[in-house]
Amino acid sequence: MSDAAITPSGHDRAGPSFWEGLKTNRNFLGFWFMLPAAAFLVLFLVYPLGLGVWLSFTDSKIGNPGDFIGLENYEWIIGDAKFQLAVFNTLFYTFVASVVKFAVGLYLAILLNNHLPFKAMIRAVVLIPFIVPTVLSAIAFWWIFDPQFSVISWALRKWGWISGNIDFLGDPWNARISVIFANVWRGVPFIAITLLAGLQTVSPSLYEAATLDGASKWQMFRYVTYPILTPIIAVVMTFSVLFTFTDFQLIKVLTNGGPAGTTELMATMSYNTAILGGRIGEGAAISTAMIPFLLGAIMISWFGLQKRKWQQGSDND
Amino acid sequence: MSDAKPVQADDSEGMSYLDTVKTRVVTVYIPLLLILFVLLFPFYWMVITAIKPKEHLLDLDTHNPLYTLAPTFEHIKALLFESEYPRWLWNTMFISVTATILALIASVFAAYAIVRIRFRGAQITGGLIFLAYLVPPSILFIPLSTVIFNYGLFDTPFALILTYPTILIPFSTWLLMGYFKTIPYELEECALIDGASRWQILTKIILPLAVPGLISAGIFCLTLCWNEFIYALTFINSQEKKTVPVAIVTAFTDGDQYKWGSLMAGALVGSLPLVVLYSFFVEYYVSAMTGAVKE
Repeated sequence: MSDAAITPSGHDRAGPSFWEGLKTNRNFLGFWFMLPAAAFLVLFLVYPLGLGVWLSFTDSKIGNPGDFIGLENYEWIIGDAKFQLAVFNTLFYTFVASVVKFAVGLYLAILLNNHLPFKAMIRAVVLIPFIVPTVLSAIAFWWIFDPQFSVISWALRKWGWISGNIDFLGDPWNARISVIFANVWRGVPFIAITLLAGLQTVSPSLYEAATLDGASKWQMFRYVTYPILTPIIAVVMTFSVLFTFTDFQLIKVLTNGGPAGTTELMATMSYNTAILGGRIGEGAAISTAMIPFLLGAIMISWFGLQKRKWQQGSDND
Repeated sequence: MSDAKPVQADDSEGMSYLDTVKTRVVTVYIPLLLILFVLLFPFYWMVITAIKPKEHLLDLDTHNPLYTLAPTFEHIKALLFESEYPRWLWNTMFISVTATILALIASVFAAYAIVRIRFRGAQITGGLIFLAYLVPPSILFIPLSTVIFNYGLFDTPFALILTYPTILIPFSTWLLMGYFKTIPYELEECALIDGASRWQILTKIILPLAVPGLISAGIFCLTLCWNEFIYALTFINSQEKKTVPVAIVTAFTDGDQYKWGSLMAGALVGSLPLVVLYSFFVEYYVSAMTGAVKE
């Protein structure tokens, strides 16, 4: 319906004036309603995004706007071994953490989809790692991963599995695994609870039909649950990959990129370069370099999963 | 289907009556307990460290570290009365609440305009807002810091109050769009015929019906603000203006061997308000999380 014809009746004026027409004009109203959100997003999101790309082509420093220097920043960082290591770390961190998070999250969702006593309470408890601020739980992990007084080392020593303490954050590969563990710990609840919401929409009669046809548990998961879940998995994993790739807090608190840059991610490196080092242009180049990776990751997780959806013909149901 | 009794016992669970108790223990309860243990242990460790006496903290051999027989509140007391912690807590609360309110107001208008006013380009605007959701703060903080500096907002609470809504608006707009879509058109048409303005429709019809959505969006926004780290770390310099996550990382991480007590106490007290809020609104949280994803 077009409400351009419906003018407020209790008004003094006789005919629909220009102002009256304007007041009910969709585009005019829409503009004013969108204004607050648009103002925020343009001023503090779109403009900085563009500015970031621009800064990456300048030699800007803190307190000095800098001049346009073309691709010099990019040429410099691409040749920089520290940057190459950070790119490798970021890709490794994102890939391993996302795969593990997805596997554990899906498993947990399937477990929670069972008939359980105290189901609502368990579900509420599962989400707690997601609610507690990342930095604060990262501090708890920092203490758990302490080189001398780690409770994990203590327990393993008590059981006689190891003789000395494990240096969780001081050894390159231990540090990588430790931060990935903390990231998985933080991310699993979100994935599990959203996938659980998806699982609950699957009709039990589909499983009954599959059982009558002699399907095994795995087949039921593979050919019934998974295809139905695919769209929601695509969305959840896109977000998960995105936030893992741009992670900053966990690394900053746990290792600050150490030991010797082996856990440095692109986000922490850009912070160290631009804010601590004052080389804004170079830092902006590092963070701008994340954009193509992000787009790639989004494409893979989005289209990759969408494609499977067609192949399995889940649009039949 | 001869075994009919258990079917009545749990009618909601299609096939699980085919499993024996033993299978269920092995395939469901044990893995679930293991995962729950791993998910909760850091919090237990946080609590137990926060109430342990100093001298027990670093002495794992004479005192079993998993529990304490001499709980003490010295760390929490020191935190609340001898440090600037209450100030940081207040900063965090003030900034989170203000940013959430700003974001909700902007999102309500935006979501209503996109779903119901349907101006030209409404669909595209909705898509663009979703894209904004995918722009992470980690690639914005460097240019934003120069913007904040040029606007004269550096090291003021407004640096965070004005930038947090950019993280919140895309999310809450999408959530509210979902809620507004469920409200029948007819209600609005009746109101329009009765001479109500768009403003009246929004405040008297739509908002009262969308209260659950507003609560979901509100508490979720609050959590996101409380959790935010990179902007707070970059835009705030003075110790007394910091938020809890940033302050705690910068203030207690000096060389002190016994820092762990105050660190854990700080982390515990900083998480409690959110956990309490969460325990009251679990369902809203879940619907916020799943709602925004499903759209």
